[in-house]
Amino acid sequence: MKSDIVYPLNIGPVHPAFKEPIKFTFRIEGEQVAGVDIDFGYTHRGIEKIALERNYIQIIYLLERVCGICSFSHPLAYCLAIEDVAEIQVPDRARYIRTIIGELERLHSHLLWTGIAAHEIGFDTLFMYTWNIREKVLDCLEEFTGNRINYGMLTIGGVRRDITPENSETITRMLEYYMELYDRASEILLDDLTLRARTEGIGILSREQAEMFCAVGPTARGSGLLKDVRIDYPVNAYYDIPWLNPISPRDIGKEPIGDVYDRMAVRVLEIKQSLNVIQFCMENLPEGDINSGEGAVKIINKLKKLEGEGIGRYEAPRGEVCHYVILDNQEHPIQLKVKAPTYSNGFTWIPMLTNIEIADIPIVIASIDPCVACADRMTFIRKDGAKERYSWDYLHQKSIQKYKRSANQ
Amino acid sequence: MVYYYRCYNVIDNNRGTYVKKINYKHLKRSLWAYHMNTGSCNACDIEILATLMPRYDAERFGIKLVGSPRHADVLLVTGTVTEKIKDKILQVYQQVPKPKLVMIIGSCGATKGVFHESYAMAGPLDTLLPVDVYVPGCPPRPEAIIYGVAKAWEKLEEL
Repeated sequence: MKSDIVYPLNIGPVHPAFKEPIKFTFRIEGEQVAGVDIDFGYTHRGIEKIALERNYIQIIYLLERVCGICSFSHPLAYCLAIEDVAEIQVPDRARYIRTIIGELERLHSHLLWTGIAAHEIGFDTLFMYTWNIREKVLDCLEEFTGNRINYGMLTIGGVRRDITPENSETITRMLEYYMELYDRASEILLDDLTLRARTEGIGILSREQAEMFCAVGPTARGSGLLKDVRIDYPVNAYYDIPWLNPISPRDIGKEPIGDVYDRMAVRVLEIKQSLNVIQFCMENLPEGDINSGEGAVKIINKLKKLEGEGIGRYEAPRGEVCHYVILDNQEHPIQLKVKAPTYSNGFTWIPMLTNIEIADIPIVIASIDPCVACADRMTFIRKDGAKERYSWDYLHQKSIQKYKRSANQ
Repeated sequence: MVYYYRCYNVIDNNRGTYVKKINYKHLKRSLWAYHMNTGSCNACDIEILATLMPRYDAERFGIKLVGSPRHADVLLVTGTVTEKIKDKILQVYQQVPKPKLVMIIGSCGATKGVFHESYAMAGPLDTLLPVDVYVPGCPPRPEAIIYGVAKAWEKLEEL
């Protein structure tokens, strides 16, 4: 309902609706949102700067802590960037193991998201249900890598632990468990009347807007963009999978309009896709080495003699992760840039949140699966509390200066 | 017979002092927790939620997350304290009624952990607030978090 009365509504930075600190300032007309301002930066930890003081192996474990949910995607993108500079060939078995763990991570992230989305609309039974079945994939990851959340599986040029026959049995059992549950779970998530009533037709992001704001991952695919780094720029074992296609709501016979329901449908279908990819990799797992067999010191010594720049791209559960490194004959990189998916997707909140009801704010915000810890790469703190606005040209000029300087050092 | 009623503090807000002495005995069960993220990477946060989910089910002990610090007995803090959120954690701490406990979940809240060289840190938390229970781990397992809450009970009994 619209009204002439306009008032501001602050949500955050500390608010029970989001698990992470982020501040929204809404301009409310009656009960409708007329505009929104977003303030990031509360979880800025300066990871890019710390990384310049650590050696190449230590950075892998630092980058796991960029985000606890994408704790495999970030170090993988970094390893791909370093392997790009050093022209290291990853053994076939390691490529498959990387794919399996990446897909297990996607599975647990999407199950986590469906639970959070159900919680945001007050459907706590579904929240408990999905988080309960999610424990199975965490058990699998724990047996496989030794930890539930931060796996520590990657090294430059391969992985650190192999899949033993006992592990493959666990994975087979896990796949059977989820295949059995999938039909029931997708029926609840996609056909339930309550969920449909709360998610259909709200938070619309049109195809043009998704292109304009450079949306990535399920957010872009929900708007009908067929965009997936696994297919467009394949790494790991994704070369070998002929049937892998970007998921779109058309797969369940629905024309995508980019609402919350479409984004949910994409994630639910991706759960099935991940299960199929894991099954494919387990059936076709090649024999051989899992890494180059060189110790950390040898790898660092090799990278110390290199210069150049490399880029690594990988499709994290939330979208494209991109890491950029510059090496210059030193024990540590002289530049590291982390580009996380929420960095792009965060701006799609502006068209999504405009002209919705106040009650829909939590589910629309949760619908892009935000990860603030991933996105907080830069912050300005001024002691006098003054606000500054920077134009596009100014920031562009600044970034050119910065990267030129570091490349010439 | 065990009485499961909650004891609300009677505080003179202007002076911040107790008007009535509180019977701590009634607070030693069913702790209500308020969770605050002060720059964590989400790993500890999802482990806290996993603790409350059906597998580990800490809610059977009466532990639950509440939406406002004013309803809480325990402040669960995850993450290292960043410069930008320092004021907010101090404000939230003021809002929790006495007697209150502060629990740090995760290594980086206790020691800055892997981010120890960072320029953006105001923590570790125990330099800003009195901390009662530390749960180390990156992230700690749900069992460790339940053990930490059990330690918090013991601490409340001593008060």
